[in-house]
Amino acid sequence: MTSAQIIDHAIQIIYLISTALFILSLRWLSAPSTARRGVWAGEIGMALAIGATLLDRGIVDYTWIAIALAAGTLIGVPLGLVQMTAVPQRTALSHAFGALCVTLVGTAEFYQLTPHVPPFMMSVLSMEVILGSLTFTGSLMAAGKLQEVLPQRPITYKGQNIVNISLLAIAVAVAVYLVMHPDQTRLFPLIIAIPLLFGVLMIVPIGGADMPTVISLLNSYAGLSAAAMGFVLDSKLLIIAGALDGSSGFILSVIMSKAMNRSFTNVLFGAFGQVQASAAGAIEARSVHSASAEEAAAILGAANSVVIVPGYGMAVAQAQHKVRELYDALTKRGVDVKFGIHPVAGRMPGHMNVLLAEADIPYDRLLDMDAINPEFPQADVALIIGANDVTNPAARHDKSSPIYGMPILDVDKARTVMVIKRSLSPGFAGIDNELYYLDKTLMLFGDARAFVGDIVRQLTGEGHG
Amino acid sequence: MLAAFVGFEVIRRVSPLLHTPLMSLTNALDAIAVVGAILLVGEHKSGLSTVLGTLAIVAATSNLVGGFLITDRMLKMFKASKTKKP
Repeated sequence: MTSAQIIDHAIQIIYLISTALFILSLRWLSAPSTARRGVWAGEIGMALAIGATLLDRGIVDYTWIAIALAAGTLIGVPLGLVQMTAVPQRTALSHAFGALCVTLVGTAEFYQLTPHVPPFMMSVLSMEVILGSLTFTGSLMAAGKLQEVLPQRPITYKGQNIVNISLLAIAVAVAVYLVMHPDQTRLFPLIIAIPLLFGVLMIVPIGGADMPTVISLLNSYAGLSAAAMGFVLDSKLLIIAGALDGSSGFILSVIMSKAMNRSFTNVLFGAFGQVQASAAGAIEARSVHSASAEEAAAILGAANSVVIVPGYGMAVAQAQHKVRELYDALTKRGVDVKFGIHPVAGRMPGHMNVLLAEADIPYDRLLDMDAINPEFPQADVALIIGANDVTNPAARHDKSSPIYGMPILDVDKARTVMVIKRSLSPGFAGIDNELYYLDKTLMLFGDARAFVGDIVRQLTGEGHG
Repeated sequence: MLAAFVGFEVIRRVSPLLHTPLMSLTNALDAIAVVGAILLVGEHKSGLSTVLGTLAIVAATSNLVGGFLITDRMLKMFKASKTKKP
């Protein structure tokens, strides 16, 4: 073997090792105790793969590679240091960057290969570019909505789905034509431009509460486009990494859509946010029981077990640290405190867990829906902080309710229910929550952070006095 | 392909507790696309491919660095009750 061949073999072997490390990395991520090891495995795999690539004999010039790697690092570091509450938009932004990379490489590959692109190559190349560009603008839009530079309110108009689906159909049709006639270079910009537009239009009708599903879906698209790029470049490493990303996004979006009782096709076509307003407007005359922080503190202090149900409202009010103080104060009194977390609580999968972990709440106190539901009947108090639709008992029995069938947290089975909420206004689905009118429900009106703070003051004040 | 199925199974076992880190980690791993971009720039075939490729490296690297960094920061925060902070 010549030395060049040895290098080539070595590169392939290193790629193989990297692939194995990536899979191990995700495997270790399955438990919190080994998860950080998973990150290291991923980092080592990545470093090896990049190092090996730099040895490639095809590379003649390193100047721009070095500049670009340095620039990317400079942008990446601040993106890695954002606040935990900003993680959803950061994630959306990184989907956008990933998709951008894939689209750019795909475009460059096309112009290098044209006019002789084999049909298979052209098919995967089109898939890469279409998915990449729609993910790019879609993710930018999602990030914009999450950062609240764009209105969070869903914008809908008549025939929206038809327009969107036709756009996508045109892009696919152009791609098919290009597969048959790859010399029609001037058509190529169309399969970038149309999906770019589609990406924007796809996110326009989506409201804030649908974000967990959308982010997962965009995650999956970004992964699939990377996998397609792997086929174009004939790189198994890239195919596998893309497939891992794609399938993780896919699994998450299935979990999310199940948790919201949306059909999966509904999700695939991006037709979210259509349910609202159907039940809105039914103004309730029923009365609610409200309570002060003092009363709430007295009940919580006397309880044996409390389940806290956080929602997006907690994130908005940045109340997680106050919640931690409440957790400490109650635990000190011997109250058993657990957290019940609905899969779609917050703005991305697992959002609440990260916020509560940031506030130093041990993760073994954070229970997902299936684990916590059997515990509600034994709980003295269910304290709901900024969650709404995921606690609405109507989802269980009211067939006319738009959220009927959606799995919910059975908070109404607890002995007492407390809801911290700014006002009686309905949640994103525009549905009144019958939970609030139950006899055992106490409404605690106010800002989540301030109110929890008040309760804590009552509890600790009593403890010292 | 086989590996992708293995991956599928592995991901299904990740607890909902860690869904956010899962997403940011897979995102970081996705930045392996940088490999393709590096080859593209390095081959130096045309001005266009160099420009597009350079931008692609920037985008992917920022994901790579940012993704690993934030995943690690997140995971550092997950603590069991035994190892409670003083």
